[in-house]
Amino acid sequence: MVRFENVGLRYGMGPEVLKDINFSIEPRSFQYLTGPSGAGKTTLMRLILMALKPTRGLVNLFGQDVSRLEPDTLTAFRRRMGVVFQDFRLLDHLTVYENVALPLRVLGKEETSYRAEVVELLRWVGLGERMHAVPPVLSGGEKQRAAIARALISRPELLLADEPTGNVDPGLGRRLLRLFMELQSLGTAVLIATHDLNLMEIYDAPRLVLADGHLHVDA
Amino acid sequence: MSTPETSDREPGRKERGLPANLRRDQPLVPVDNVAGRALMAVIAILTFLASLSAGAAVLAARASDQWRGAISNEMTIQVRPDSHRKIDDDVARAVMLASGLKEVESVRAVPKAESDKLLEPWLGTGLDLVELPVPRLIVLKLRTDAPPDLAGFGTTLRREIPTATLDDHRLWVRRLSAMAGTIIATGFAIVLLVLTAAALAVAFATRGAMAGSRDSVEVLHFVGANDDFIAREFQSRFIRLGLRGGLFGGLAAIATIGVLGFLASRWSATPEAEQLQALFGAFEIGWTGYGAVILVALVVAVIAGLVSRFTVRRHLRMLA
Repeated sequence: MVRFENVGLRYGMGPEVLKDINFSIEPRSFQYLTGPSGAGKTTLMRLILMALKPTRGLVNLFGQDVSRLEPDTLTAFRRRMGVVFQDFRLLDHLTVYENVALPLRVLGKEETSYRAEVVELLRWVGLGERMHAVPPVLSGGEKQRAAIARALISRPELLLADEPTGNVDPGLGRRLLRLFMELQSLGTAVLIATHDLNLMEIYDAPRLVLADGHLHVDA
Repeated sequence: MSTPETSDREPGRKERGLPANLRRDQPLVPVDNVAGRALMAVIAILTFLASLSAGAAVLAARASDQWRGAISNEMTIQVRPDSHRKIDDDVARAVMLASGLKEVESVRAVPKAESDKLLEPWLGTGLDLVELPVPRLIVLKLRTDAPPDLAGFGTTLRREIPTATLDDHRLWVRRLSAMAGTIIATGFAIVLLVLTAAALAVAFATRGAMAGSRDSVEVLHFVGANDDFIAREFQSRFIRLGLRGGLFGGLAAIATIGVLGFLASRWSATPEAEQLQALFGAFEIGWTGYGAVILVALVVAVIAGLVSRFTVRRHLRMLA
């Protein structure tokens, strides 16, 4: 599903922030991406999302080399992925409901076809009473849950979550982790970037450890 | 999504109890902010100016048509006094010659008293003009369906009455047409300039909106929106802004033209107003003028949409 071979990335003429990255994400897999703050976890996520282009190496997504992707294929690939950003990236002028429904709206679906599904998911993540609120009035945890709901609503083949439990209480964190595990059992490959050791101990899974720009797999 | 609590729910029951208006139909890219309202005001002002220019062009075109229609259906024979000839006989002879033309509908010799009256604005009233060599005029009304042989008639007239000259008003028609043509061309040039200014204003506003919505655009990309979708979102917002601005500007222009027409009719008794009315007729642009104003407003909205779409697509290509 995702394969990185000798991938390196540098910004401008600066030093390489990611060096010789080699790993793969298989369908229905569950992995953690961990490492100290500033190690490059988010940068690696952005490489997978094709928001950044590698300076060198090969990035293969869904069986295709991303360096030769047409814009339409890029969009189609992104529609197969769900992403939870560390800083949530909710649109402040839209309500929680509208934010969560966004991936379905951009697909051109009628609102009546997904309304019940969005409301159901919002109730599940505990935002049933806050669906009309706009992000600026939400707490950090509520924004986190809204961002997770948005990533899940289109049932992606690959879920990338950047610190998805960083702003929620341990109880909800465990509940969200169970949701990610259920998603994996239903066929979604999950990659969770976190440095929360407690979270990683709840469910044991391979860890991609980033340190000093290098990545090694801790199975 | 099959969530633990709800996986056993029936589809029909899911809709029950849901708020009816969950979606506020908010635009995905926010342009209805202060900058958006400022752009709408700019578009309204530009549409107002363009509409007034278009209205003035239509007014000049209508007046020009009226002048040409009135003048080209008339000719005048001028008989100058000559101490060796009897002017009344010459006038009668000229009337007879003109009446013989099949293209002429009617012939009217302007009475001397009426000719003298024409000089009053320059010479004043109460003067005895008997001793002055005032020429006599004969007005010929032409049939509209048969253009006369002017050259032949002019030659005949000069041969029979050496003191008579034929004036077919061509010079006046040419001058008035040139003036009207200049007014119309200037009006359209101003419309084009204003539309160009509107296009540039929208292009800069779109770039500003893109810069302000950079995060939104990135999120839209990540959730699977393609460039065309994003460009359509911007385009629909700017078309709405353009339509609203165009509507306000167009309505203001129509109201202004209406008020000017009302004021012109109120002041029609003054000599200045009479002069203006002689030049431009009634201050009325008719359905063509109102159609032009509406067209300008629509064109402004279309330009706003197209320019924003083009700008967004170009900007997104540069980001890729």
